[in-house]
Amino acid sequence: MSAVSTEPMTSPPEGGSSSGSAFIYRHPRLRLAGLLAAPMLWLGVLYLGSLAIMLIASFWTTDDFTGRLIKTPTFKNFHTLLTGQVYWVVALRTLGIAIAVTLIDMVLAVPIAFTAAKVVKSRGLRYALVIAVTMPLWAGYLVKGYAMETMFINNGVIDWMLAPLGLKGPGLGIPATIFSLAYLWLPYMILPIYAGLERLPDSLIEASADLGASAGKTFRNVILPMIKPSLIAGSIFTFSLTLGDYIMVKIVGGTTQMFANIIYDNVGVANNLPLAAAAAVFPITVIVIYLLAVRRSGALENL
Amino acid sequence: MNLSKSARWILGAITGLVLVFIYFPLLVVLINSFNASKVFSWPPTGWTTEWWSKAANNDGVRSALLTSVKAGLGATLIAIVLGSMVAFAVARYDFFGRDSISFLVILPIALPGIITGIALNASFNTVLVPLGINFGLFTVILGHATFCIVVVFNNVVARLRRTGSSLEEAAMDLGAGPFQTFRDVTFPAVRSALVAGALLAFALSFDEIVVTSFTAGPGVETLPQWIFNNLFRPNQGPIINAVAAALLIAFIAPVYLAMRMSDGPGRVVQVGAEP
Repeated sequence: MSAVSTEPMTSPPEGGSSSGSAFIYRHPRLRLAGLLAAPMLWLGVLYLGSLAIMLIASFWTTDDFTGRLIKTPTFKNFHTLLTGQVYWVVALRTLGIAIAVTLIDMVLAVPIAFTAAKVVKSRGLRYALVIAVTMPLWAGYLVKGYAMETMFINNGVIDWMLAPLGLKGPGLGIPATIFSLAYLWLPYMILPIYAGLERLPDSLIEASADLGASAGKTFRNVILPMIKPSLIAGSIFTFSLTLGDYIMVKIVGGTTQMFANIIYDNVGVANNLPLAAAAAVFPITVIVIYLLAVRRSGALENL
Repeated sequence: MNLSKSARWILGAITGLVLVFIYFPLLVVLINSFNASKVFSWPPTGWTTEWWSKAANNDGVRSALLTSVKAGLGATLIAIVLGSMVAFAVARYDFFGRDSISFLVILPIALPGIITGIALNASFNTVLVPLGINFGLFTVILGHATFCIVVVFNNVVARLRRTGSSLEEAAMDLGAGPFQTFRDVTFPAVRSALVAGALLAFALSFDEIVVTSFTAGPGVETLPQWIFNNLFRPNQGPIINAVAAALLIAFIAPVYLAMRMSDGPGRVVQVGAEP
């Protein structure tokens, strides 16, 4: 894969349809450069460049009175973040929420993915099931956010459902936030697990059963190790999306703050872009460490 | 696969419950859009279509819808061009750094939206604004296109890998040049994947709010932003509900179509090596 090989795939044609066409045909490297130039300008320069500017800006400060950027590098923002107790509390809370969301999604996703990939025999029904879990992904973030609000709000749908039992729902707060984020990201967990299970040969599961393993044992010792890369791939999405979310917690979290709220509020209300950029280093670090840690598991090929 | 009857029954029941979990809240939004009550109340006690007509005639909703459509079309157009170019490069050439390019394409959606948003905000502030280009619809399109490229890329690269290059080689053996081969062989093979990718890119842009809120100029409000801004205002509940219900219905057909045209619905978020 690392070798450079841009040899033509076939022998050159006897006569090109036009001289320009033939010229391009004879120069595959030129063709490749032509294909990659614009996208690389966009993603490599605009996007990576923006990320670089953000990282540089995290060392700047703002003038307290004029709000102008002071472009003298300093560690002040990182010092503020690392010594402020509130930042630690919010960071740990956000990590906790991300872990809870990931676990809930795994528990919900495995049975439905297994049913779709292994239990359903008809191709049409399998396809319908996968579409049914993928469709809500495109239903609109705020539509789903609004739906969650109607569920959790005081005297909302959950309170109404629990009323006959004499119970009341959790209302707006951290549990509602965890539930709502798990609801939002569920398809991102189901799809990689479904793809992983589809690749897992039935014969392995049958062999395990033939050799006397119980269903639980087969799941633990055969299925789980085989779909581990898929679980990790799904968790990259649930984790990364949760770390970056500040909207759902505003809708269903009551007064709860998550880490992305700190970033958002500093760009908007506080007009302190450098502090926001410094705060953004936290989720980036967590995700990069996570990506590096799981790189060997083959999860990145399952994204 | 052979499973005991009880195991099948349990798995079927869990699957049913998860589907209810997914669709019940959306159903509530649909039903509640006809609720006659002026404030949120459940269950509905009376029915009306008043909120639907009020939403349809709301100036804020109309102009936000137009902004969203413009942003979506602009971002989709850029994503189609750039996404398919990378897809051809990655699927048809073997070169040093190919894996890094696939990684670079997914990075804008692998990193949280707020990171992409603040990074673009910082660079627009330091580069574009001094050049006299202020935040506006244009910056929103730049931002959206960045994360839409991956959807087109995914769909096209999957199709290119699946069809292989033998037909293209055959065309060239028969004397067709690169342009003719592309026009008569490659393009028809990827056309439906391209349409699927474009529909999904538009849907992704249309729904986006995080990057939008970091890249939009004053006075530029997309539909998701309108919903978010009005969510915390009093007396807007029923209109928001009607807009949400309308969006749900409007999205079903194009997304379903896109999934039928792509190479398997699972490809929507999946990137990387073929199984």
